[in-house]
Amino acid sequence: MTVVLTPEDQHPPEEMTVGGGGLEAEAEAAERRRGFLLGLPAMLYLLLLFVVPFFIVGIYSFATRSPTGSTRLSDWNLGSYEKLLDPLVVSIVWRSAWIALLTTILCLAVAYPFAYYIATRSRAVRNILLVFVMIPFWSNFLIRTYAWRFLLGSDGPIALASEAMGLGTLRVLFTPVAVMIGLIYGFLPFMILPLYAAIERMDWRLVEAARDLYADGWTAFRKVTLPLTRPGILAGSLLVFVPSFGAYVTPEILGGAKTVMLGSYVVRQFQQARNWPFGSALSIVIMIIMLAALIARQRGGAREL
Amino acid sequence: MAESAVHLEGVTKRFGDLVAVDDIDLDIGDGEFFSLLGPSGCGKTTTLRMIAGFEYPTEGSIKIHGREVGLEPPDLRPVNTVFQSYALFPHMNVAENVGFGLLMKKVPGSEIEERVRRSLDQVQLGHRADALPEQLSGGQQQRVALARALVNEPEVLLLDEPLGALDLKLRQAMQIELKELQERVGITFIYVTHDQEEALTMSDRLGVMNEGSLLQVGTPTDIYEHPQSRFVADFIGEINLLDGVVSNGAVTLGGGYVLPLDHAVAAGTPVNVALRPEQLRISRSDDQVPDGASRVEGTIGRRVYFGESYYYEVSTPAGLLDVRQENRPGLALLEPGERVVVYWDPSSAAVLET
Amino acid sequence: MRFGIRPGSLLEKALAGNAWFVYAFFYLPIITLVIFSFNASSRVGIWGGFSTTWYANIFSNPEVWDALRNSLVVAAISTVISTIIGTAAALAIDRYRFRGNRTLDGLLYLPIIIPDVTMAVMMLLFFARVFALVDTFGPRLSLGIGTIALSHIAFNISFVAVVVRARLGQLDKSLEEAARDLYADRWQTFRRVTLPLIMPGVLGGALLALTLSLDDVVVTSFVAGPGSTTLPVYVFGLVRRGVSPAINALSTVMLIASIALVAGSLLVQRGPGRSTEMARE
Repeated sequence: MTVVLTPEDQHPPEEMTVGGGGLEAEAEAAERRRGFLLGLPAMLYLLLLFVVPFFIVGIYSFATRSPTGSTRLSDWNLGSYEKLLDPLVVSIVWRSAWIALLTTILCLAVAYPFAYYIATRSRAVRNILLVFVMIPFWSNFLIRTYAWRFLLGSDGPIALASEAMGLGTLRVLFTPVAVMIGLIYGFLPFMILPLYAAIERMDWRLVEAARDLYADGWTAFRKVTLPLTRPGILAGSLLVFVPSFGAYVTPEILGGAKTVMLGSYVVRQFQQARNWPFGSALSIVIMIIMLAALIARQRGGAREL
Repeated sequence: MAESAVHLEGVTKRFGDLVAVDDIDLDIGDGEFFSLLGPSGCGKTTTLRMIAGFEYPTEGSIKIHGREVGLEPPDLRPVNTVFQSYALFPHMNVAENVGFGLLMKKVPGSEIEERVRRSLDQVQLGHRADALPEQLSGGQQQRVALARALVNEPEVLLLDEPLGALDLKLRQAMQIELKELQERVGITFIYVTHDQEEALTMSDRLGVMNEGSLLQVGTPTDIYEHPQSRFVADFIGEINLLDGVVSNGAVTLGGGYVLPLDHAVAAGTPVNVALRPEQLRISRSDDQVPDGASRVEGTIGRRVYFGESYYYEVSTPAGLLDVRQENRPGLALLEPGERVVVYWDPSSAAVLET
Repeated sequence: MRFGIRPGSLLEKALAGNAWFVYAFFYLPIITLVIFSFNASSRVGIWGGFSTTWYANIFSNPEVWDALRNSLVVAAISTVISTIIGTAAALAIDRYRFRGNRTLDGLLYLPIIIPDVTMAVMMLLFFARVFALVDTFGPRLSLGIGTIALSHIAFNISFVAVVVRARLGQLDKSLEEAARDLYADRWQTFRRVTLPLIMPGVLGGALLALTLSLDDVVVTSFVAGPGSTTLPVYVFGLVRRGVSPAINALSTVMLIASIALVAGSLLVQRGPGRSTEMARE
């Protein structure tokens, strides 16, 4: 009989799902049933409207597109997946990936000093600063993206102002740059918040210890602060990269026909092109990438969003 | 024999492979102030929680005044708990907190008001009845937690390290208050703590636990002066432990010293002789040593000053001994390096099997 | 000197500069948008004088009101249902040990990180199959308010659960034990202790669900039928056709509404009940 002790005489670790198997077994079984029933509606709903659709999309991805645009589920083939290897598709995926990556990196570069700065302020000031970060974030995402469409357009204030000043017309709209601006604008708070949480939670005394052991400020930052805030960096990066990669609204509004990203391309399959099987295959790919990113996050150790 | 307030028989608690509480038998009398003492993780809190009803025993029976309650939910048991974190309801004021149990038991409103007032007066917080818990100091919150439990006139009051969060002076004051309160109210208190000083000063009886087992139960004097195991001897207060072996009905220590044995132990058994530092006397010569005293000779290694006392670390062939000497005016101090005799009354030594 | 930044040092100035830049980056576009919504000129970028004509324009447009009505109906339905289910799920995961606890935890996480587009595709294909199935029994179902609401519930459950769980996590667990100790049974404990204390979280989650529902574009556009356009989808359609001050005006109104809603949600979440450890600090 193994005798292992809980460090504190407190509640038993939450991973324990079984009791000692004695008298309390019945009482604990009743507890478990109650918990199960509470969680049941959510579980059923998500199984039905999430897990099942996932498989349906999978099935569709193996179907065939009829000449009229409807889907023949009975004809199974890998045609859609073959189409994925088409250079056009590859270029779109590649473009989406590097736009998302650049967006993430830029967000990180701006957000880290920003979050660090906020963390160094006094408690009252910090809260105010955070609230002001959040206010634009609360507003409708579409509107915020439209704001840039408005600003960057050739009939918008920036272009007209620069014309008036004789600087020539600024053609930023409908380029990858515009899309990136829009994505950064939309997702920067997603990077700021986890970073801020990680920095704020860090034990500053560890940096002091490093300084005590002859490290200068920059070295201490590199070897102590950065590694310790890594969970925040990972969480923020994931929260920016994934939606950026699959973004639709932003590239649609700011990217136009020339900068097609994966999100727009997928939507196109279901609207204009009416190629549902191919659109499904694309979606499956996105889902797989997303799952991979999820697993990377679990391994990377970030716990809470 | 009168029915005990709390009766535990064969109580065991397992969490999977983990045995938190291992086969405990315990009887706590009416009106007793009983403490469960032990290091972190020894099972004392789990035991308390099983009496309260927050855990159910894997094996064994728990009776309160003769009634089996082991598998009853906490709201049906005639016991109340004072939590380590106080657990005051933050969204209710002091009066509502204190009256909560009465409200649940459907006591009429006017009676609730009256009893709450009395209970708060009892802990000198009548004037803060409308305050929210967050507006009170730690000590005040603790007293509200106490009032909230006592107002229900439980058959047993359970206290889970209630003074842990208080600073030293406040803690000592509260210890006295709690003890006086218990004597006035006359309810059985079961008090869990890892602080042996607390347990010794407050309890009528106490039980020492380690690794899930109840090692010894007794009055503070029993526990302190007659420890029955090495762990108990070591855990409570300061102790000297000398290694020895039983032979010819006596204990042979290192260096050839022989000590009497007052109970039969098999020859060849290794034992520890437990001696409290304050039970030892020290002197330069044998003139002071009374007849019949046990003695060893040694050399002083260090002298440490504690204000109210001096401690001498004496190296002897039988082992290292810490001797406490009360600091009195006119005391002759001994110096490191001096050869001395350490002696004691044989009855104050406890022989413990290892 | 907090976190190693000496006050007044060059580093601090640089960081502060970066912070100001970020705030400007955030606010200037929105402010400009709002300002130009009052632009009398119909040429968007050029200021032609102050006017509120565009607001009159959008408020007299029946399409706007239809879209608004649909948005509100869908939001109301999905908020209520997802709050109830989400709160129950949060309680289940946080308070109980049961088989499938981990699975539910993982399931709840998926809708949060999934891209809009993927979710939209999943919902569309799901309903397509369901309709095909139901067709064989007679009734003809089609996309509309119902499918929009069902889709919104699908992702809102997770968001409500996350917010409520955060609130549950802050709660001192011994509070519920104390209630049981004081003769409250399970239901009374929930009603008098747990629920009041998590209420800020529940309301916060509900308001978040409301916001997300009102804001949703992609999923809604996939599963909306003719005649059941919501406001953001309507605006999206307008934007794709080009810029106009009317859109600025509509945007400003929606901006104010969103911000007000979420501000309300945060204020409500600051209720009492942070565990007593805070008082002891």
